Amino acid sequence: MKLVKTGTAGTMESNDIMVTLEPKETGGVQVALSSSVMQQFGRQIEAVIRETLTELGVAHAVVDAVDKGALDCTVRARVNAAAYRAADDQKYDWGTK
Amino acid sequence: MTDIKSIYASIPHIDEISQHGAFDGTKEKRMGTFVERSATQNKVVESLEEAIRRSGLKDGMTISFHHHFRNGDNVVNLVVGKLAEMGFRNLTMAASSLSGVHAPLIEHIKSGVITHIETSGLRGELAEQISRGLMDFPVVFRSHGGRGAAIESGDVPIDVAFLGAPSCDPYGNANGYSREEDQSISCGSLGYARPDAKYADKVVILTNNLVKFPNSPYAIPSSNVDYVVLTDNIGDPKGIMSGATRFTTNPKELLIAKTAADVIHASGYLYDGFSMQMGSGGASLATARYIRQMMIEEGLQCRFALGGITGQIVSMHEEGLIDRILDVQSFDLDAAESLKRNRFHQQIDACYYASYLHESAVNQLDFVVLSALEIDVAFNINVLTGSDGVIRGAIGGHPDTADGASLSVVVAPLTRGRIPSIVQKVNTIVTPGSTVDVIVTDQGVAVHPDRPDVEVKFREAGIPLFTIQELKERAESIVGKPDPIRYKEKIVGVVMYRNNTVIDVVRQIEEDE
Repeated sequence: MKLVKTGTAGTMESNDIMVTLEPKETGGVQVALSSSVMQQFGRQIEAVIRETLTELGVAHAVVDAVDKGALDCTVRARVNAAAYRAADDQKYDWGTK
Repeated sequence: MTDIKSIYASIPHIDEISQHGAFDGTKEKRMGTFVERSATQNKVVESLEEAIRRSGLKDGMTISFHHHFRNGDNVVNLVVGKLAEMGFRNLTMAASSLSGVHAPLIEHIKSGVITHIETSGLRGELAEQISRGLMDFPVVFRSHGGRGAAIESGDVPIDVAFLGAPSCDPYGNANGYSREEDQSISCGSLGYARPDAKYADKVVILTNNLVKFPNSPYAIPSSNVDYVVLTDNIGDPKGIMSGATRFTTNPKELLIAKTAADVIHASGYLYDGFSMQMGSGGASLATARYIRQMMIEEGLQCRFALGGITGQIVSMHEEGLIDRILDVQSFDLDAAESLKRNRFHQQIDACYYASYLHESAVNQLDFVVLSALEIDVAFNINVLTGSDGVIRGAIGGHPDTADGASLSVVVAPLTRGRIPSIVQKVNTIVTPGSTVDVIVTDQGVAVHPDRPDVEVKFREAGIPLFTIQELKERAESIVGKPDPIRYKEKIVGVVMYRNNTVIDVVRQIEEDE
């Protein structure tokens, strides 16, 4: 997946995460994360963000994430949505048959 | 008549009989009306500064305050501001509790006016800074009963108590409300101020409402009071009290409440003539509502409700379901109004409520419903520090009632956002697991292994039972396993159990730069 513009998904509500992705040519994935549960879950949230981007085939990006206690499934969903928006790709794979 | 002075010395054992010598005539008779006297010969001093000066307060002494004005309090900031201005240093602040409104204390701690703090809890910026190592001397956290006991036993000797009162007469009869027809501030019970008034060397009442003698009923009798200061602003009524505590509509809290009521019902402690205490949290308030329904359906009567009192308890009293209310702290305006209106709504002090030195009222509880920030697999409860290790709560009567009640029920959602409520080990032990009987969450109930007697009853009643370990794992399966909080070595708080033994410490948190 190739990112072509800035893509954002999520809100600043409790239990959500606001993810902003910016395209980059080189340098891998840079994550700037702030979280209301930084000490307890910061490490895990960053891991889930990186994992999700790897699955999408995004090798280079600047990620700005503001977390308000989102569960892993929410983090994955917001990163996915932000990536598809940043790639200007409407053909989302919903995983259904 | 014998000339007493001439024979005084010859009375056998006179030194053991009298310490004050022979009668030497009376003072000049006062002939003005009592109304005239109240206006001139009284305990009112013209300023706070003058009251402080006359109290004899010196550097290094202990001052005390109550927290019945909650987050609307202006007394602490007013008095400590004045003490700073007058150049006092190295004072111990023994407050019954402190909250977010007391952030100005930070400056007075930095400048050395306040060097020691005793409290039930801390919140807001002051709590944040203390968790980050603001003070050298650790903050001493005591339960409401533990504080009462420490004051009456002399563990915490108070030199000067500064007590805000919504009504007071010129001789110091002070109360948390007023029977006069006026629009004064009301905070209801002054239960946590009364041990201070009784045991402090000097007592200064700060009031914005000077009423005629005698201000009856009173929480604090004039015999305990030395000076009265009239001041415009003792607190913001909006922060002191809101109207009725509102019912929760949160379905998770309602589910917890319904389960807690079912647990109490099945336990056998809901019988005709029972006693109870309910917390003011959403779930415990809602529990009272379900208990009420059960009482009506089965024709049960509650002998007394104890503790922090809410409008919910008041309405049950007024509809005849609860015979007596023992009120150490009125949580809302409905409770404060009831204290004024209902003769069997009795104001009590912190020692009567929960001091371990007596058979205090908590010892007469059948059940109590309590909340928790964290619960661990040994049933220990934390209500003081947040999941990030920062102080953000208060001990209150938690360990007192858990210990006193025959059945202590702790209610909590299994998870709060991403934070699990049930963990391997709580950050801070406030209430030891050996006094906690049942944990009620939205996803199941766990019974302490020492209570097979109630567990059998719950099983028969079809209550969804799990081990505490299972509940912990269930929480982790939803939110993941949290990384442990990183602390520094420095101890910033010492937690006392209700008998004033040290049960845990709070350490400075380690932060990323």
